[in-house]
This record gives sequence, structure tokens and C-alpha cells, in this order.
Amino acid sequence: MGTPGDIRQEGFNDGVRALAPLLLAVIPFGLVLGVTAASTAVGGLLGIGTSPIIFAGAAQLVTVQLLDTDTSIAVVIVTALVVNVRHLMYSATMAPHFSEWPRRSRFLLPYLLTDQAFALSILRYETTNDPAYKRWFFIGAGMGLWLPWQLSTIAGVVLGAKIPDSLGLGFAIPLVFLVLLIPVVQTRPGLVAAIVGGVVAVAAAEAPYGLGLVIGALVGVAAGVWAERLGQP
Amino acid sequence: MMWVAVVIIGIGTYLTRLSFIGAFGEREMPAWMEQPLRFVAPAVMGAIVLPAVVQSDGALALLPSVNPRFLAAVIAAAVAYKWRNVSLVIAVGMGSLWILDWLF
Repeated sequence: MGTPGDIRQEGFNDGVRALAPLLLAVIPFGLVLGVTAASTAVGGLLGIGTSPIIFAGAAQLVTVQLLDTDTSIAVVIVTALVVNVRHLMYSATMAPHFSEWPRRSRFLLPYLLTDQAFALSILRYETTNDPAYKRWFFIGAGMGLWLPWQLSTIAGVVLGAKIPDSLGLGFAIPLVFLVLLIPVVQTRPGLVAAIVGGVVAVAAAEAPYGLGLVIGALVGVAAGVWAERLGQP
Repeated sequence: MMWVAVVIIGIGTYLTRLSFIGAFGEREMPAWMEQPLRFVAPAVMGAIVLPAVVQSDGALALLPSVNPRFLAAVIAAAVAYKWRNVSLVIAVGMGSLWILDWLF
């Protein structure tokens, strides 16, 4: 057994290393976010600001996209929070592990609880029991994502200021979501949720206050639950 | 106003991440909550992607002459399904859009 310091260093390094391959997907995502923010009414500064303040890519893209339309501010907030409600699930799953950590960590580290840090940590925790290792692995994965995310958003804003609108780069947003969509529609109820969510959002496109996305998402969730119950004997 | 929205979203996001870890005292998530949450991701993504690719100026438009984004998205979806590489999908999708724009 190593000293406590060694365990921490090892955990941190392993977390950073586990996250590194995912950066291939994260960096273009951050660039798209920055480019879009810079070329719309949102502006580069606020675009960059969303990365440390929200630190959740999908919600940030949706926020930037909606702030550029005439969607009311309240609906922008509700929509982004609906996109982020999945974090409740991560929080519940991580809670037993976090409970072994110092109090300050329990309140500070949830800030780093992204899709990626969650998925990597929960996988690694199946094979280790050391609370210090687990904590530093999470910090490594979390920070390993945080810094490149901030930098790629800034790089996107710098690039975006130079790209003409005629290139139609706003289309990159649905393209990013298309890639994120593939793994979550591999089950039949997941596919039902996505299709119904999409079709209802199209049908509700004229809904007041820009509520179309939220309405589509809620009906899609209900359809997914229903499809899963039908599938169970 | 936009900054206020972003800060509120940031606080809300942090609170959902903190929820079961901090405030709810590590209670297990009830099943009625867990099941719908699993479908939030596909439903939200579907609701973002589909309107963005099948509509043009608020109306349904699938023909490449009116809305090249639909066909470009179909091509990009095939690439996404096969490779799941964000950079590749953005390159193919944007490239298709520009070519279709130029063709029609």
C-alpha cells in the first residue's frame, strides 16, 4: 500500500487518463458552442460564461440556441433545467460514494458531476473501495473535462467571430445532438421517447412562449415510460 | 436578462447535481422517479433535433430545394450511426448542407 498522498495522485492521474479519449468528442462540441454564441445575439462573452456557470454542454447549447430566438426568458430557464434533470439520477447513484468523503467535498464536487465524469467514475468504483482513490479519480475526470471544455468554448468564440453567417454553422447544433442521440435510442422505449419527443416538438413549434421543446420532451418521456411498460410481460 | 437566465440555470444545474448527495440525505431514488428520468435524454434530444431539421421558417419542409438541412441531417445521421464521431458528423453534415445548397 502507498501513502495517502500516493493514492490521491494515482486516483487523480487515472481519472485524467480515463477521460482523455472522450475529449475527441468534447472539444468539437465546445467549439460549436462558442462559434454559435459568438455569431448570435448571445455574444461571445456570455457564451464563454455559460461554460463555468452551467458546465453542462447540452443545456448550454439549448440555452444559447433559445436565447437567440424570441423564447421568453422563463421558458429558456425551464427548458435548460428539463435538459439537466437527468443529473438527479447521477446524484442518487453517486450519493453512497460521496457520503464517504469530507463534508466540503460533498458540497463542492457535485459541480463536476457531468455525464462523462459520472459514467467513468461509476464504472471505476466497481473495482475499488478506497474512498480517497475514488474521490481523486472523480476530481481527475472532472477537472480533465472542465479545463478543455472552457478552452474549447473560448476557442470557438474566437473562431466564430471570423466565420460568416452565410456558412449556416447553426446547423452544427442539431448535428452534435444527433451524435448524442444515437446511444440513447438503442432500446425500443428509448427510440419511442425520441421519435415522439421530436414529432410532438414539431407539432408544438407554434406553441406560445417557445414551449415547443419542453412539451415535446415531456410527452416523449411519457411515451418512453409507456413503451417500456408495454414491453414488460 | 440573458446573464440572469444563465446564472439561474447554473444554480439549478448545481442543485440537481447536489440533490441526492447533499440535501436529500442519501435516500434511494424512488422507482416512480427513476423510470421517467431514463427517458429524459432521448426525448429531449429528439425534441431538439427533429424541429431543427424538418422545418424551414416555421413550416414543415423536407425538399432539398426548400430545406437542404433535412437531407443533410439524414446523411449525417447515417454517419453518426456508423461511427459516432462528433468531428466527422459535423464535417459530413456541414459539407452535405453546403453541397445541397449549391446544387438546388
